[in-house]
Amino acid sequence: MTWFSLLVLIPLALIVIQSIDGGWQTFQDTLTNPQTAAALRLTVTQALIVTVVNVVLGTLIAWVLVRDDFPGKRVLEVIIDIPFALPTIVAGLVLLSLYGPDSPINLNVANTERSVFLALLFVTLPFVVRTVEPVLLELDPEVEEAAASLGASRFTTLRRILLPALTPAIAAGAALSFARGISEYGSLVLLSGNLPNKTEVASVRILTYIENGNDAAAASVAVILLAVALLAIILLQVLSKVVARRG
Amino acid sequence: MSRIRRNLITGVAIVASAAVLAACAPSSSDDSTSDGKKSTLSLVAYSVAKAADGGVEKAFSKTNPGEGVSWKQSYGASGDQSRAVVGGLKADVVHFSLSPDVTRLVDEGLVDKSWDQNDNKGILSTSVVAIVVRKGNPKNIQSFADLAKPGIGIVTPNPGSSGSARWNILAAYQSIIANGGSEADAEAYLEKVFANVKALPGSGRDATTAFQGGTGDVLLSYENEAIFARQSGEDVDYIVPKQNLLIENPAAVTTKAPPEAKDFLDFAISAKGQAVFAQYGFRPVASVTGVDTPTVKGANDPANPFPAIDELFTIDKTFGGWSAVNAKFFDEKNGIITKVIAESGKS
Repeated sequence: MTWFSLLVLIPLALIVIQSIDGGWQTFQDTLTNPQTAAALRLTVTQALIVTVVNVVLGTLIAWVLVRDDFPGKRVLEVIIDIPFALPTIVAGLVLLSLYGPDSPINLNVANTERSVFLALLFVTLPFVVRTVEPVLLELDPEVEEAAASLGASRFTTLRRILLPALTPAIAAGAALSFARGISEYGSLVLLSGNLPNKTEVASVRILTYIENGNDAAAASVAVILLAVALLAIILLQVLSKVVARRG
Repeated sequence: MSRIRRNLITGVAIVASAAVLAACAPSSSDDSTSDGKKSTLSLVAYSVAKAADGGVEKAFSKTNPGEGVSWKQSYGASGDQSRAVVGGLKADVVHFSLSPDVTRLVDEGLVDKSWDQNDNKGILSTSVVAIVVRKGNPKNIQSFADLAKPGIGIVTPNPGSSGSARWNILAAYQSIIANGGSEADAEAYLEKVFANVKALPGSGRDATTAFQGGTGDVLLSYENEAIFARQSGEDVDYIVPKQNLLIENPAAVTTKAPPEAKDFLDFAISAKGQAVFAQYGFRPVASVTGVDTPTVKGANDPANPFPAIDELFTIDKTFGGWSAVNAKFFDEKNGIITKVIAESGKS
């Protein structure tokens, strides 16, 4: 508990204290600043979309990795983790050369909203895959076969057998993916161009406030991000409980 | 608010920003140039100065007072570096992009109040704004005024988050006034420029990277950055506008620094030290006489690397100092440039 407090609770508490330091006025001013509001909106929307995509595709990838056998599977297992291991700014460089103006695949999304989406997708991909995989490994295929032999359709098996077992893992992965998405900085700054009201994300706004010496405003934005992340985590917890009970 | 609490909060802010800014985290390295029988000095500097400061350290080690001095160095975004020193990063010599970053240390008692009471006014290196363009200058950019033309894609560091980016924008703004324009004209000009902005990366280095990645037709940068890019083999051209702003990068020793730190700074600001800076594309500081300007590889004309500027603005004389600049142009609510940027993304 002491360890946890030192690492997490005290820093979090201080950020909240600092955001209150400037008074309610600073908090309100910061959030009603159109540029900051636009950045927060963009960040949360894109992180949400990315999380939904990850939930679907991440689960699929985990499924394929656990249940299917194909050449190169071991290699793929390792590659999945690369977005974890890569320093985000390096990821940003890779993404810029791939999706930028000199794109070898002729896909230039640099400085558009889609660049934020793609960068977030890249860095958050492993979360759902890695949380779902071990649960899927534990799950005995015989249970599904039993369900099928008792006359359950594939969809019913998915709904009544698989999803309830996987949901907590998917929810945990989704929460991680969302939290990472709203706080991401390095991988997208090079590709997104930080255009105000268009591709500027919340972490860049925080940086701007810090540069201007307005720490209270920076902390205010951080607190909003924290609150949104907390809300998402709680919602996903509740959701996974409900689904698990229905199963 | 108690000092302890404030320090704690500053520390947390730095930890938090470090986490957010993993990308811009300062890189430090041990550079033991010698047997270490003399003291080890810590240099904290802004990232663009890395190559030049390294060169000056090397030259310093060959002088009498510099013999045997070894270095610990840290480079990063100027503002971050300055805040890190306030937060406890050990520094004997600091070299920042702009003066307010030193003033912050003076306010905290880490640098003596008299740091800028010398011939060079505390300035260690100078440069001017340069317009970097693609090889052969296909869009035919010649002056700041050309930046407002339709169809020009501009990359400039974000003046909101990068303190050093402020030099570029101020130079462009002032060029309109110098040509007889009113403040309203200059503001209208900035609106056009920002409508042309393709990317606003967080720092000067990120902006260079984005430009090299193929974004935009024009990169607003400094003469020394442009020269350094060409020294490193980048295939770009650059234009130094004839009406320009003098970029002044301050340096100071901290109050607790050993005497060798002062020796180093004295050497760096001497004619010899300035010649080393010149090699890396920095213009010698005007108050230093007798600088033997070397041939500068990468400059447009290596034999005459620093072409004369017809009209040179300075922050102090033209704009009335940094606090006036920050209040007028970059204030979070009413700053002219803050407002132009905030409006730029709206259609």
